[in-house]
Amino acid sequence: MSGAWTWLTDPANWAGPNGVWTRLLQHLWYTLLSLAIALVIALPLGAVIGHTGRFTGLVSGVANALRALPSLGLLILLALWGLHTLKGDLALLGPVIAVLVILAVPPILSNTYAGIANVDPATRDAARGMGMTGTQVLIKVELPVAMPLIFSGLRSAFLQVVATATIAAVVSLGGFGRYVVDGLARLDYPVMVAGAFLVGVLAVVGDRILAVIGHYVVSPGLTGRTARRPSATAADLVVARADGAAGG
Amino acid sequence: MISFDSVSKVYPDGTHAVEDLSLEIPTGRITVFVGPSGCGKTTSVRMINRMIEPTHGIVAIDGRDISTVDAPVLRRGIGYVIQNAGLFPHRTVLDNVATVPVLQGRSRREARLAAAELLDRVGLDRALAKRYPAQLSGGQQQRVGVARALAADPPVMLMDEPFSAVDPVVRAQLQDELVRLQAELGKTIVFVTHDIDEAVKLGDRIAVFAVGGRLAQYAEPAEVLSRPADDFVADFVGRDRGYRALSFVYGTLPLHPEQTLVLGDRVPADAGTAAEGMSADHGRWVLVVDDERQPRGWLDCASVPVGHRVAVDDLVLGGSLATPDGSLRRALDAALSSPSGRGVAVDEDGRVVGTIAADEVLTAIEQARRSDLPGLQFDTQPAAR
Amino acid sequence: MNWEWLQRNAQQILTWTLDHVALAAAPTLLGLLLALPLGAIAHRYRWSYGTLITLAGLLYTIPSIALFVVLPGLLGTRILNPVNVVIALTLFTLALLVRVVADALGAVPPLVVASATAMGYQPLRSLLTVQLPLAIPVIGAGLRVAAVSNVSMVSVAVLLGIPQLGQLFIVGFQLDFFTPIIAGIVLCLLLAGIFDTIILLGVRLSTPWTRAVPGR
Repeated sequence: MSGAWTWLTDPANWAGPNGVWTRLLQHLWYTLLSLAIALVIALPLGAVIGHTGRFTGLVSGVANALRALPSLGLLILLALWGLHTLKGDLALLGPVIAVLVILAVPPILSNTYAGIANVDPATRDAARGMGMTGTQVLIKVELPVAMPLIFSGLRSAFLQVVATATIAAVVSLGGFGRYVVDGLARLDYPVMVAGAFLVGVLAVVGDRILAVIGHYVVSPGLTGRTARRPSATAADLVVARADGAAGG
Repeated sequence: MISFDSVSKVYPDGTHAVEDLSLEIPTGRITVFVGPSGCGKTTSVRMINRMIEPTHGIVAIDGRDISTVDAPVLRRGIGYVIQNAGLFPHRTVLDNVATVPVLQGRSRREARLAAAELLDRVGLDRALAKRYPAQLSGGQQQRVGVARALAADPPVMLMDEPFSAVDPVVRAQLQDELVRLQAELGKTIVFVTHDIDEAVKLGDRIAVFAVGGRLAQYAEPAEVLSRPADDFVADFVGRDRGYRALSFVYGTLPLHPEQTLVLGDRVPADAGTAAEGMSADHGRWVLVVDDERQPRGWLDCASVPVGHRVAVDDLVLGGSLATPDGSLRRALDAALSSPSGRGVAVDEDGRVVGTIAADEVLTAIEQARRSDLPGLQFDTQPAAR
Repeated sequence: MNWEWLQRNAQQILTWTLDHVALAAAPTLLGLLLALPLGAIAHRYRWSYGTLITLAGLLYTIPSIALFVVLPGLLGTRILNPVNVVIALTLFTLALLVRVVADALGAVPPLVVASATAMGYQPLRSLLTVQLPLAIPVIGAGLRVAAVSNVSMVSVAVLLGIPQLGQLFIVGFQLDFFTPIIAGIVLCLLLAGIFDTIILLGVRLSTPWTRAVPGR
């Protein structure tokens, strides 16, 4: 353990192509890219499904199934396929990003859909009754009210991606996972611990930053209130949070 | 004017929510749709702003078939107040009220200024403007809901059981405020409730609906109470309808001067003797007032020694008060609920002007049936009995 | 898919599957057993709710691989020791379920709890015989999430050399061979599905009152 501390405090380990800064940037790049793509896919999809109320069973079923997929297996499967079928730089990166996106979509999708579906029907009725079109109701009322859950889903997706990106080092990807995997190969435990520690810090700090952003994005009128709903729906919300929170 | 022309609503599973409804809702008046659950009153009202579309028939506003108007545009011109308010939890009270004007294209700043004035109008403290709905009580939320519906100054307001979810005390206040607002604004209001008392209190006309979407009676409240169209209406209005109908009856009541004591006075020896002109067995009760001549309660002179200073603790709280603008129902209640049997009558400032007795109210009711006097009159020169 | 290869290595695959089941089931159960009292405490003593949930949240934020790597150093065990995996996953299950248990107890209608108290139930008995049974559906939902996640996370432990289905992925990668990888994924999905179904049935069986109402 102290070996890890020595390693971390050695500035030589922070510079260069295998240095901490480089690995951090790589890890961040994979994470942010996958999250962005996942948001573009999952947010509109979840919004439409929540708003129209259709396909909800299908969505839950698919989200559940995706949660069961072993991330390592998926990574290796697609990486191998990529190496065989694709050429050049994208051969590994493409499939890996694809896997990260696949794993990031379920928490965002199910939280978005749950958040919108759980908007108080009276609020929705009032919005329509006032003369808002369907789209206006979705954008001006349902999405803002669903924001706390959506953000919760985003944070879970972030954790899921950071964790899986670490494992992706097995298929030769960069990032902090390199320290863990290479350290394991060389039986260099201090480096492994250092890598694990860095991943942990990245995850915790990133989550905190997202929480702060969420605090500013979410309307103060929405803090923590799930209103007067029967316990069955409270159960849905608890599961939605838990579901989203299932990190790698 | 809103008109229903043979409107029906039949659901795919065969339920008849509304059956061949035809009626005309007068402009500038409050029309109440009342009835038990499942009678189609809410469905009918929601057809006015096209939240529900009729299966047959035409709904028209001022002669124009509303199905020809784009629904969102139609709705922006109709105020909509629902139970539980349906306020947007993510917006401040002020922004909630400003919603429709902004939707119609007014600048947010202007809309907010107008919204602040509306808050005054519905009796809300401007300090609440920056709060969020979750921080307000049920009654306050309902007022915001009403303000929000008024924001675009729509000629028509639809109110679907807006006061049902608040407690009776707040509900009575909200009802009174609605009557006051209507006196100022004169909107065409369609109000839905399951409470016949609320309907009678608020409505200029009442439409009584029966289960299955049938219109049972459409008339002024006094007529529904005194001449119900069929057994269903009679039943729905309830056993007290004769008593309730008194709310609409006015007449002249003989007023008797009443010996009073002011708080702090010493009880005189002759306290509690019968008031002039009234029978002697009305006991030894004396009406106690404060410095403003407002009634505070009744003193049983048998319970305190002569010379005792009258204090609040000695008093038995009096009954309700008869007011000059009240009805015979109020007067009767004042007499019945008073410990001495004498109902206290007060003027507009709440000062005691005299008392009335229950049997004299009943006589006045009989006389009122035969004449048609507006308002309640106090006759201060009653004939000696 | 090379079925022949699968047949040849069936014994090894079976062993790995059984190891995987043990490694996934144990922490799920242990985590639940630990989360029940902690969640009950967090629910009953509101001042502890914030702290416990924040700690749990923090723990859950740490990626599994990080914990797998760091625990041996902290516990003094060898990296290869499966106990690391069990402890790490128990901590994750615990972190996830503490909040679920607390919130599930919170979702029990307060009027029900109040009538139990008014009837003379002592707090512990009320918790065990009234509140927990009513909280089962929600806890069960959270447990399903935990179980399924654990099945997936166990496979990651192959990076520490621990024998379980994750080995199939590494074998496939090293041999540049799809069959074991697909087999591994399918078996993991199967296991996850079985765990999910078992918990679902468990919840159904232990809550007969939810079945008595038609149309649920």
